[in-house]
Amino acid sequence: MRLRDTLRTLLLLAALALSAPTALRVSGQAPSATLTVISREPHRPIPITVQGGRELVALEDLAVTFQATFRDDTNSLTLSYKGRTIALTPDQTIASVAGRVISLPSPPVRVNGRWLVPLDVISRALSGIYDARIELRRQSRLVILGDLRVPRVTVRHEPSGGGARVSIEVMPRAVISVARETPDRLTIHIDGDAIDAAWPGGQIPGIVLGYRAIDKTTTAIDLGPKVARFKSTLQVGDASNTMVIDLQPQDGSVPTATRPLEPAPPPPVASVEVPARLASGSGVRTVVIDPGHGGDDRGAIGPAGTLEKDLTLTLARRLKSAIEDRLGIRVLMTRDDDRLVAVSDRPALANNNKADLFVSLHANGSQRPEASGATIYVADFPKSVAGGTSTSARPAERLLAYGGMFRDIELVTWNLAQAGHRDQSQALADLLADEFRDRVPMTATPVEQAPLRVLQSANMPAILIESGFLTNPDQERALNATDFQSTLAQAIVDAIVRFRSRPGQPHP
Amino acid sequence: MTGRRTAIALAVGVAVMAAVAGVWVGLSETPPGVAPAAAPPASVAAPAVDGTLGPRIKARLFYVAADGQHLTEVEQDVPYSNQTAAQARTILEAQFAPVTAPLVSAIPAGTRLRAVYLTPAGEAYVDLSAEVNHAHPGGLVSEMLTIYTVVNALAVNLPSVHDVQLLIDGKEADTLAGHFDLRRPLRKHLQLVVAR
Repeated sequence: MRLRDTLRTLLLLAALALSAPTALRVSGQAPSATLTVISREPHRPIPITVQGGRELVALEDLAVTFQATFRDDTNSLTLSYKGRTIALTPDQTIASVAGRVISLPSPPVRVNGRWLVPLDVISRALSGIYDARIELRRQSRLVILGDLRVPRVTVRHEPSGGGARVSIEVMPRAVISVARETPDRLTIHIDGDAIDAAWPGGQIPGIVLGYRAIDKTTTAIDLGPKVARFKSTLQVGDASNTMVIDLQPQDGSVPTATRPLEPAPPPPVASVEVPARLASGSGVRTVVIDPGHGGDDRGAIGPAGTLEKDLTLTLARRLKSAIEDRLGIRVLMTRDDDRLVAVSDRPALANNNKADLFVSLHANGSQRPEASGATIYVADFPKSVAGGTSTSARPAERLLAYGGMFRDIELVTWNLAQAGHRDQSQALADLLADEFRDRVPMTATPVEQAPLRVLQSANMPAILIESGFLTNPDQERALNATDFQSTLAQAIVDAIVRFRSRPGQPHP
Repeated sequence: MTGRRTAIALAVGVAVMAAVAGVWVGLSETPPGVAPAAAPPASVAAPAVDGTLGPRIKARLFYVAADGQHLTEVEQDVPYSNQTAAQARTILEAQFAPVTAPLVSAIPAGTRLRAVYLTPAGEAYVDLSAEVNHAHPGGLVSEMLTIYTVVNALAVNLPSVHDVQLLIDGKEADTLAGHFDLRRPLRKHLQLVVAR
């Protein structure tokens, strides 16, 4: 995995070198990596400094990159952009973003005269004052500014029948072109403004010698002398498409380097167009609503006796009606009466019905009645999970299919299914927090990550909404009010509408 | 003569306790790369402690913060043990002891510590009685506060403990109150700790 990350970084740096040869440096502090900002302009690097296991960036660098003004006053650090301001305080994990309070995982720290802040400042704070969309892809160390198409590209290769099979998965779907320009090079072009690619490390002797970035969206596969021909096949999935390239030796036997190359059976250029807008009925077609708790599991209890399990069922029914009325799409519920549903069965229902969104509804509880506000959660995974959370996919497995053929299927580790959807889930949560603003009281940190059992197995974007604290008497009254429930439901529907209208999302 | 012996005994006792505390402070240093707690520990309104005589250490115990959404820490004397597993038990027993206002414990009433196991790899297995589940008030935040009260109490006070796995009534549990994944060991969560 580390080798793959290294390759990803190298490819990004190579792409960076093509467009932005001048790199910023942190004086006196060796940056350990680089965050790459992708926009319509040439790519820009922001040095990352790792301290205490946490990745940090300098406020001065953010100011330069985002054309903001940085001020370092006594006990106050501010970044201003077009009249909107982020205010941070040394040693404080709370920040003000255009008047809203957010929390950060760590406070600003001064290193070699520069103020360093966690990467979350980009996604949580800068996005609140900037006038273009900002997407932080922490894993690949990318920041995407504006409505650019930067598909994620995951590549695997393995020996196969004396040759090799290379599978290139692109998500969301984009046009993939494969061409053999010279006998020793196959070029892969993926339509987009840039690509977020992870290419495999290592070689397959005589077949695949390596991968090289040609430009921001084109990569070359260096072929070994054993490759006689290639065959490419496109597999179109719901959210991604995968180009499977079979690199074949001569006659299925081990060829010699001097054997002349035969023309490949398929055309030398295989380009498959994927429609930018999908057919009617695609996109967000099925939503699964999960009313939390039920049966013997009452959940939180309000001081006036409201049970969380009853409230979540009421909210779920109201939300189901609102989605069906306004969007006309299929809505399933994990329970529609007062019964206990095992926590693992809830995402299983969504997975088995190929749902496009999973929304779990809850009401919060605290040992103190003062706690107040709604919070939206996305899944996190404990650090101890083997292999981390970089991917939920295992190598494809070949199964015998009807007629003696073989079929490759991608296996998804059930407990980590959500890992591949975290960015989408985060995007949905951020949109919902935006919709809640001015409508639903929220906690100081309206979007949180936690290792929540019900989300981790969901194989689609998934969020858990704690709609308020049932243990707070005022909030208990509000949560029981029909008007407030309708407001909650409408805000969730509005967020779903915005989510499916995002660039790169398939439209119905 | 008796008075002099008593004074000497007291002086020796104080010296031993000071030495033990010094050793403990050395052992309890925050490892490199770990952010310090958000607030210095308070030393007031500590819960009732065991009256057993003998050396003691300062432990950082965790209670529900005033906002109801975080933990706050309180420094308290607990009996010293030269064995880590025994020390883990004394810390958790102090953590589980009933408290009075203004402190609020996130540990459900009646919860007992059944056992603590430590592995050479730095994992602690804490076996709690079923009350931690049956008597839990419910809600995600309260569940999280209960879990990290236990996890932080061990991982903050015992430098050799890195991960804490909770067991309920001797068995692994999916969750404590329906939300938080308990199937794997957890690390300490200092971001959840705020000033009193």
